[in-house]
Amino acid sequence: MIRDITLGQYYPADSPVHRLDARVKITATMLYIVELFLVKNFAGFLIAAAALFAVIALSRVPLRFIFRGLTAVFLIIFFTLILNIFLTDGRVLWHWKFITITYEGVIRAAFMAIRLVLLIIGSSILTLTTKPIELTDGLEKLMSPLSKIGVPSHEIALMMTIALRFIPTLMEETDKIIKAQQARGADFESGNIIQRAKSLIPILVPLFISSFRIAQELALAMEARCYHGGKGRTRMNEIHFHRGDAVAAVLLIGFLAVIIASRQLGSVL
Amino acid sequence: MSITVKNLKYIYNKGLPGETAALDDVSFEIEDGSILGVIGHTGSGKSTLLQHLNGLLKPDSGEVWIDDACITDGSTKLVDIRRRVGLVFQYPEYQLFEETVAKDVAFGPRNLGLDEDEIQRRVRYALDLVGLNYEEIKDMSPFEHSGGNKRRIALAGVLAMEPKVLILDEPTAGLDPKAHREILSMVKRIHENEGMSIVFVSHNMADIASMADKVIVMNTGRIVLEGTPAQVFAHSEELAGMGLNVPPAREMTDKLARIVPGFKSEALSITQAAADIKAFINN
Repeated sequence: MIRDITLGQYYPADSPVHRLDARVKITATMLYIVELFLVKNFAGFLIAAAALFAVIALSRVPLRFIFRGLTAVFLIIFFTLILNIFLTDGRVLWHWKFITITYEGVIRAAFMAIRLVLLIIGSSILTLTTKPIELTDGLEKLMSPLSKIGVPSHEIALMMTIALRFIPTLMEETDKIIKAQQARGADFESGNIIQRAKSLIPILVPLFISSFRIAQELALAMEARCYHGGKGRTRMNEIHFHRGDAVAAVLLIGFLAVIIASRQLGSVL
Repeated sequence: MSITVKNLKYIYNKGLPGETAALDDVSFEIEDGSILGVIGHTGSGKSTLLQHLNGLLKPDSGEVWIDDACITDGSTKLVDIRRRVGLVFQYPEYQLFEETVAKDVAFGPRNLGLDEDEIQRRVRYALDLVGLNYEEIKDMSPFEHSGGNKRRIALAGVLAMEPKVLILDEPTAGLDPKAHREILSMVKRIHENEGMSIVFVSHNMADIASMADKVIVMNTGRIVLEGTPAQVFAHSEELAGMGLNVPPAREMTDKLARIVPGFKSEALSITQAAADIKAFINN
């Protein structure tokens, strides 16, 4: 169940996309999201989708892996579709009692759904092709100019790394606690909503306690290794900007130009 | 209560590239009122096996029988299985959650749907069984106790369900020598006084040798050796090949036997080894 969420999962492979500098990928993803909101017509989406699928093909991440991530947000997409179809005023296509479907509604719903799907796929490509560590390193580097105005960029990146690192650990811990309480006859599946919420207490209390224990142990282990924050810290794998990254940056600017140009084709909304 | 396990098979990641058999054709029997020792290195399938014995995991094929009830065919209610088989996981103190010791111990019996008087009787009984003073600690928080006592409280939480079979997964892991001894003698006492059948997993071969009536050795999801401690620990080389060893006393007498011509001993405990050496010298 929890494993089906690909958002935030890494797919190991050796591809040009995987090898790109994390900073370039983060910037590209942010730019891509902005561009999706700049698009005014279906031609623009066609270009955006084509670019996205070119990147997916290059990344060697299997398509089914990418689409599995979509199932988790299916509900959001579904509601967007429904709300837009029924609640947009305009030329009436179909009318029955209080339900009205308009031409504008259909167009708008399709438009929003495409935008959402591209947005989710686009951002999952980032995490699918970038190791969490690279991602946080990249973010730290990108945020480092902000540390001049007092943003603790290293600490923020470290917090993200730790959070990502401990997701599997806490899942394992949760599994153990659930089994231990089941062995004591705990029942998590029956009863009304209040009883079910109450039945979570025997899981949550031990889980909280072990999270604190893990945090304390981690803090001690970091102290023992003389961790003292980001100042003067060097890293084993410095990230470098390669020629491939330069090519990607140029392509990115070209793509931005094309998307902006596509706005000249008119607006469907 | 006797347990019979027949051709148990359990597969992890079924249908995925990482498919592995965690249990492969495992069969054994635990006689009523006996202690079964289970050894095997980490990842040999011990924990998976234990979770089958009280219905936490369902096998892909094979059966588990408790007396004359099959618990793997879906006909027995889970509450009934857990009423009969008490499973204590590794580091059970990490599952404590209530405000007071008495409430925490009462969690199991309460889940069985017993009435309040019976629950209180069982809490008192279970705390007494693990050697804690009910009156003294019932209103204390379970978290303000030492590691050894926290483990006793957690054990009491399972014993309060009055199981007929008690399964202990490394009950002495991470305890200091004193607490270690106390937990072992407590398990022995419970076994003798209550007549429970016990399944006991440990990496401490001396404990296994002194506690178990019968030992099974797990390796890569299979039972590779089975018998009395004396029979199993006679295979010291095979055990070493699986990342296991024999009790320290046996290790020593084996070494002695190699350098002292004529000396032979099948000791499993220090006392036995000492007696064998003494007898050899006197001869």
